[in-house]
Amino acid sequence: MADAPRPPLLDVRDLDVFYGDFQALFGVSLRVEPGEVVAVIGANGAGKSTLLKSIAGQLAPRRGEIALVGTPAHRAPAFEMVRRGVALVPEGRRLFSSLSVEENLLIGGQLGRPGPFSLSRVYDLFPVLYERRRQPAPSLSGGQQQMVAIGRALMSNPTLLLCDELSLGLAPIIVRDIYASLPAIVGEGLSLIIVEQDIVQALNAASRVYCLQEGRVALEGEARTLTKAAISAAYFGV
Amino acid sequence: MNRPAATSAPVSTPVRVAHATPSSRIGLAVCAVVLVALIAAPYWADRASLRLYGEIFTFVALASLWNLLAGYAGLVSIGQQAFVGFGGYVLFALAMFAGVPPLAAIPLAGALAAVVAVPVAALMFRLRGHYFAIGTWVMAEVFRLVAAQIGVLGGGSGVSLPAGIVTGIAASRTMREHVIYWLALALVVTVIAGIVVLLRSRYGLALTAIRDNETATRSSGVGVRRIKYLVYVGAAAGTAMIGALIFLTKLRISPDTAFSVNDWTAFVIFITVIGGIGRVEGPIIGTIIFFALRETLSDLGSLYLLMLGAVAILVMLFAPKGLWGLLADRFGWQAFPLERRLMPRQ
Amino acid sequence: MQWANAIVQGVLIGGLYALFAAGLSLIFGVMRLVNIAHGDLIVLAAYLALVVTATLGLDPLTSLVVVVPAMAVIGYALQRLVLNRTLGDDLLPPLLVTFGLSVIIQNGLLELFSADSRKLQAGAIEVQTMEIVSGIWIGLLPLLQFAVAVAIIGGLQLLFYRSAFGRAFRATSDDPSVAELMGLDTRRVFALAMALSLAVVAVAGVFLAVRANFDPAIGPARLIYGFEAVIIGGLGSLWGTLAGGIILGVAQAIGAQIDPGWQVLAGHLVFLAILAVRPQGLFPKVQ
Repeated sequence: MADAPRPPLLDVRDLDVFYGDFQALFGVSLRVEPGEVVAVIGANGAGKSTLLKSIAGQLAPRRGEIALVGTPAHRAPAFEMVRRGVALVPEGRRLFSSLSVEENLLIGGQLGRPGPFSLSRVYDLFPVLYERRRQPAPSLSGGQQQMVAIGRALMSNPTLLLCDELSLGLAPIIVRDIYASLPAIVGEGLSLIIVEQDIVQALNAASRVYCLQEGRVALEGEARTLTKAAISAAYFGV
Repeated sequence: MNRPAATSAPVSTPVRVAHATPSSRIGLAVCAVVLVALIAAPYWADRASLRLYGEIFTFVALASLWNLLAGYAGLVSIGQQAFVGFGGYVLFALAMFAGVPPLAAIPLAGALAAVVAVPVAALMFRLRGHYFAIGTWVMAEVFRLVAAQIGVLGGGSGVSLPAGIVTGIAASRTMREHVIYWLALALVVTVIAGIVVLLRSRYGLALTAIRDNETATRSSGVGVRRIKYLVYVGAAAGTAMIGALIFLTKLRISPDTAFSVNDWTAFVIFITVIGGIGRVEGPIIGTIIFFALRETLSDLGSLYLLMLGAVAILVMLFAPKGLWGLLADRFGWQAFPLERRLMPRQ
Repeated sequence: MQWANAIVQGVLIGGLYALFAAGLSLIFGVMRLVNIAHGDLIVLAAYLALVVTATLGLDPLTSLVVVVPAMAVIGYALQRLVLNRTLGDDLLPPLLVTFGLSVIIQNGLLELFSADSRKLQAGAIEVQTMEIVSGIWIGLLPLLQFAVAVAIIGGLQLLFYRSAFGRAFRATSDDPSVAELMGLDTRRVFALAMALSLAVVAVAGVFLAVRANFDPAIGPARLIYGFEAVIIGGLGSLWGTLAGGIILGVAQAIGAQIDPGWQVLAGHLVFLAILAVRPQGLFPKVQ
């Protein structure tokens, strides 16, 4: 007799999300298994950030469900979702401007959730941050700020890390460095959802890909097997 | 071979802006009827009622001006009592020392207040938001303390208007009361008419835009700072004229009564909030409610103010648009033609 | 000598003004809210101390043990139940609600206690003086209050810049929605900030009650002094607020020396002068 299948780490089903009267997501479904890296790609305005914000608890969906390891989570506010192990690296970094680098990291660990990531572990991952730890956060370069943002999210020891547009505004070489740190993060047992406009990076980093187009899932599949043509069609809707 | 027909330049349809709505037509008609009745009031109302109406007009006018400042220009002032007192003191000073007839002193007080309001605004506008509000309160306190230092106007205990000047207004006491009543009515009609005219103009359009979203308005190139200056100075002038009339009626002035926060700001704010901020009808409705409550609840003193404060808080939390706001949203009522619709010019 | 004495008195009362201001600027820093009822809450604390000393037979200093936690709880409840609902982009709701609160507190106190002037007795310490320099005498009580005010401001600085608590306040102030992503419930953070502010208000209220006569109507003046201290000193800096309070106190003392009726006015004029010439204040926090 087979055991009941274990529920996925994250199960999003038929999500409808509105901004006031404007509908941003139409029946979006998505799944993340433990240890997976899932990419969500799509053009500007496709709804990628909206999807991450809903999962993180910043936006309440009007219809649909979000389940974390089988337990419903779509009504939980953001601070509750962090407690449950979902952390968001927000679009545009959004560091706390009056805090230093180290203080930004420490506040990520505010909750004291147990896990592999501590201040020293984050400094191991991003050594340049240790040298600048006392500097005010806004004084760092874009790439370094992105590292702080990631480290800050890691400090809450999440099981699921949501990354919103890591490459935004960064030079390609910096983006490569940032993405080079992801395998170490996955190695500690985290699962990732990465939202990206940089399709190449996304497909390299992820095992599965979702493509959003105007609030709907236009394409879904294994990163290796998706053709360029299929992705273009889904991305641009032609 | 046929030449393609020459395309003419697109003809734009001439448009005009329509302001009236069916509701506002009814509203204006009602206002006209009420106005006629009020003008004739000295002939059908008794003395006590006449005084009451005069008081009501005063508060409608004060509240309407505060509403213009806070509800439209985004300038929340808790210091308008500065100009109420200023108007009163200027009237007394002009009448007692410059021999100016009291009735002429009223518009003069307004003009002087406008002059004083310019440097005051320059200082106050250095403060933003909440700090602006407290700054205006400090300003009012400065006015009060300065007034208390002026010996010839009674210093801290104040002064009464000499009998000679009082009789100069009109021969008999009845005539005086009628004159003051009509003055109050004239003032409130002028204030409201002025506000309606302002709101119908392009300045009014700018003000409504500022009320809805100041940053967007600023980036549209509208001279927000200049408009705020104009509104602040205009409101100061209006408030001072009303203040002059108030103390002409009371026949006595002192720093504490002239610059009282409770009398001239707390009540005014509560009236406007309960009636409906950001709409011309709001202060009118609010004043009616305020006085209806006061008459029915009789003088409970501090308890009355306490209740008003509580009601204002509840309104602000749960019905921030006030009573008229609720009615207007629900039924589309409008007493004044202030809507804007683009219509083709016939 | 009279002038030197006046200035010393001014410095000492400046500490009290700084205490009035500290709670005010704390709240503005964390949640961009200016509590118009701030001064009336100071007076409320004074009356609370009156009741506590009368019913429990405590002396004013010991009454702090009851008054401070009581005011902190009131602050938490006030923020959680009422003021949190007013926060947002529109500045009208918090301003009008706190204004309404101010009126309610004043009139409530008037109903409960009447307009009679009251004062808390602190015993012998009220009349004890010390000669610090030849010819200049200072009261022990004002000196003690000044020292406590400086200590509290120092403590608040430490709290804000060296503790996890303070870090949470600063982060929430920078970006409330991202603070939520750190696991911070901003409703709770705001409520705790208000509780802290009212704890400081409690101390200020007890000091006020011991130092001078008080009645329900003196709240607004305390708000104004606190506000002036903040503006003179510069927004965002607690030590600047202390400096602002001292400058205000000295200005008032000098004004009083010229003419007793000029005391408060002198303070207002200095405030207006700073506003005209250096609106960012004397020691603003460089952002």
